[in-house]
Amino acid sequence: MDNLLSIVTFIPALAALILAVFLRGEDEAAQRNAKWVALFATGATFLVSLFILAGFDPADTGFQFVEQGEWLLGLQYKMGVDGISVLFVMLTTFIMPLAILASWNVTTRVKDYMIAFLILETLMLGVFMALDLVLFYLFFEAGLIPMFLIIGIWGGANRIYASFKFFLYTFLGSVLMLVAMVGMFAEAGTTDIEVLMTHQFAYEDFSVLGVHIVGGMQTLLFLAFFASFAVKMPMWPVHTWLPDAHVQAPTAGSVVLAAILLKMGGYGFLRFSLPMFPVGSEVMTPLVLWLSAIAVVYTSLVALVQEDMKKLIAYSSVAHMGFVTMGIFAANQQGVDGAIFQMLSHGFISAALFLIVGVIYDRMHTREIDAYGGLVNRMPAYALVFMLFTMANVGLPGTSGFVGEFLTLMGTFQVNTWVTTVAASGVIFSAGYALWLYRRVVFGDLIKESLKTITDMTGRERAIFAPLVVMTLLLGVYPSLVTDIIGPSTTALISNYDTSLAAAEAASQYAAN
Amino acid sequence: MEPTIQSDLSIILPEIVLAVYAMAALMVAVYGGKDRLAPLLVWTTAGLMAVLGLWIASASAGTRVAFHGMFVDDGFARFAKVAILLSAASVLVMSQDYMARRGLLRFEFPILVALAAVGMMMMVSAGDLMALYMGLELQSLSLYVVAALRRDSAKSTEAGLKYFVLGALSSGMLLYGASLIYGYAGTTLFSGIIQTAQHGEVSIGLLFGMVFLISGLAFKVSAVPFHMWTPDVYEGSPTPVTAFFATAPKVAAMALFARVLHDAFGHAVADWSQVIALLSVASMFLGAVAAIGQRDIKRLMAYSSIAHMGFALMGLAAGTAFGVQAMLIYMAIYVTMNVGTFAFILMMERNGQPVTDITALQMYSRREPGKALAMLVLLFSLAGVPPMLGFFGKFYVLRAAYEGGLVWLAVAGVVASVIGAFYYLRIVYYMYFGEEGEELDTHSSPVLWGFLMVSAAVMVLGIVNMFGVEGAAAAAAATLVN
Repeated sequence: MDNLLSIVTFIPALAALILAVFLRGEDEAAQRNAKWVALFATGATFLVSLFILAGFDPADTGFQFVEQGEWLLGLQYKMGVDGISVLFVMLTTFIMPLAILASWNVTTRVKDYMIAFLILETLMLGVFMALDLVLFYLFFEAGLIPMFLIIGIWGGANRIYASFKFFLYTFLGSVLMLVAMVGMFAEAGTTDIEVLMTHQFAYEDFSVLGVHIVGGMQTLLFLAFFASFAVKMPMWPVHTWLPDAHVQAPTAGSVVLAAILLKMGGYGFLRFSLPMFPVGSEVMTPLVLWLSAIAVVYTSLVALVQEDMKKLIAYSSVAHMGFVTMGIFAANQQGVDGAIFQMLSHGFISAALFLIVGVIYDRMHTREIDAYGGLVNRMPAYALVFMLFTMANVGLPGTSGFVGEFLTLMGTFQVNTWVTTVAASGVIFSAGYALWLYRRVVFGDLIKESLKTITDMTGRERAIFAPLVVMTLLLGVYPSLVTDIIGPSTTALISNYDTSLAAAEAASQYAAN
Repeated sequence: MEPTIQSDLSIILPEIVLAVYAMAALMVAVYGGKDRLAPLLVWTTAGLMAVLGLWIASASAGTRVAFHGMFVDDGFARFAKVAILLSAASVLVMSQDYMARRGLLRFEFPILVALAAVGMMMMVSAGDLMALYMGLELQSLSLYVVAALRRDSAKSTEAGLKYFVLGALSSGMLLYGASLIYGYAGTTLFSGIIQTAQHGEVSIGLLFGMVFLISGLAFKVSAVPFHMWTPDVYEGSPTPVTAFFATAPKVAAMALFARVLHDAFGHAVADWSQVIALLSVASMFLGAVAAIGQRDIKRLMAYSSIAHMGFALMGLAAGTAFGVQAMLIYMAIYVTMNVGTFAFILMMERNGQPVTDITALQMYSRREPGKALAMLVLLFSLAGVPPMLGFFGKFYVLRAAYEGGLVWLAVAGVVASVIGAFYYLRIVYYMYFGEEGEELDTHSSPVLWGFLMVSAAVMVLGIVNMFGVEGAAAAAAATLVN
């Protein structure tokens, strides 16, 4: 299986092509076929991707399953996974069938909907596997197109505004990264990510238009990449597109956005910023840490006052991503391990929370918190699932949410005590908004007339939540499942980072003498 | 060996064939069936152009010079000629159905297009200021006439007149520049001018002439601030003519630009690079910003082409062989996208009448999913969003600019491309997210449909190996810059 990664990546695209070419009509049967083809394709992708996990050797910190071919302009088609990316690939293939299942009630333009999601899966998988700068950019940017259409066509009332904001915001972020990539190509003469990781970009200070730039070229490159990843992440203060996009997107769109697309930012920091621009990263670390701490506290407070459930969860996502950036830029074993763990765990938890909103939205067609109350009386199973994921979101020990938050806080504490102190208070706020949301929606008396006939979860909905519940609890009690796989790669990443920094330090001292 | 008239003529054989054909066709049509022959003429002209294009593409490599250096046939000229001939042939074929149904299909149209193509071929092969001017005017005069093809329409005649008056002005500037250059260099041959510049500093008079020459050429590629005619002419001309304006003449003018700058002023790169960079950044931003308010898709495409010319000029501004290669690739991609886009615009009709308002596309994707999808691909490609080929065009010019030391230009370019993305997205918005409105006809001629689909398919499949255009452009650029 030399082309395992390509096979996994392009199964969904192939299914999309089959749907586009062979499926005709808009009747009931065609819609059912489209759904089943999509479910089958994403399921098959997941099963085949298990071979990647099975064949992956955690002890090897290099890239595995590497495929390489010539492309235009000296670029390459190069794919591969290492300990950092392999679990993101698995997360993507795991979430997609659930997202398709969650879309079973879509009735408008079902075929187009399924095609958009299948294409999106191919592009997301490509992002995590690409080992060529431009190939990465291709997948990274192309993902905007299906997401733009998903929000714009199947979104809520204010979907036009949200889709344009989503597209232009993220596009602006990433074109600066494109210029940086062009620059790296010109400096290093290659776009091979593996080679670029060992390339030392210039870090001598210089001045541009009278502004003294510490860390020189590396800082500029870092900032260009930062513009893209910070928007994607999203970090405060460039997070404002996310609540709009989440609120307007259909349920499955929100799930994919929260569970996978947001992880591209964090993945980008780990794949590019730390290994390629160590000096630039070190220069900017205080800024990133403080932005993260502000994000944790500020967006938690904003989440407290939300009236719309999806918006609340969207803000909580921004807060949780704050922990991720904090952990990454702590640049030590606990921090980076914790950041990756937090991203994976957030993938399960936020997906589940958006699905939870989707369940009652499908029944009542509103996301207003005030429109609900006392659901536990009619929906006990739902209340149980909701409870579990609320607790996971808060970071209760025993759920995966705890491990990630704890590790990142521990990692950051070694670097910057104040940031950790501020961010830790965000944990309390998150308990505040999550529990309050839960109380208002689920507890109390069932007094609203419209809710008197609401039904509990169907078999399909239970089937969607079951794997997510299992993963959240499993990772909560046995985190080694993840850390054993990512550990060696993160250790290598951090030791390379420290070595390059030490070398840069020594070189600048030598120059000073 | 002293060049003989035979060898000279054999070098410009493709141009002679096309010119003789155009005149013969004119005679036959005038004394023969007049407009009844027009459909036939369209097909024979397009066929001849395609054949000539393929002939030139397969011609032997190497540089040949005719008429004492006035006419240069090198890899660069051949690349541009193939692009010009193929795009002109495509547009001719596309226009047939549209013009016939509106009674616009006069026999002069294909003949004028053929003559314009001869002019363009002269332009890209010019090795001398006089050859340059001759080619440019042959092209321009033909274009003035076709712009006013719809005589009974005020807008069309206005477009033709505007184009003519402003074109004459730009020709004046160009000629003034040429005379200055002649005065200070003592020759009109590019190979002579470059030698004058070789010894030490470029004289101020020569620089002055060069700037006037650049202004005149900037008018032809509709670079800001010489772009004013573009939206009006695009809007007023019949749509097939607009499609023609947006494709072949742009390639020819851009190639001529590269030819003059490198062949005649190759030693003064530092001097013209800034001028081109400024034209480039102004075009990109004006094209991006001014199109936001447009509702008319033809005016929108006019601003879009201004922005695209800005990007192509970015490659040129780098002043390197790679920059020329990037420009050629950009133009090849640009032409392919525009052929497809105009095929789509030609199909926009309601009750048989052409519609150019983009709001007419409300929910187009419901009724015509295939065409809407193809247009979607083209629009994202025009916006430069990966994975479409349009992105690679931008990637090439950005890299050229970066390596030419113009990082600020590259940054400005990508920022402009984000602004520009907005109006392409708005068309997507009407097609996919809009509300039900008055419906457009679902009629579509198979020819237009074919061009739209092929162009969209190229934008997606081209990312695999660009159909070999990359290598051809590299070879072409290498013959121009060495």
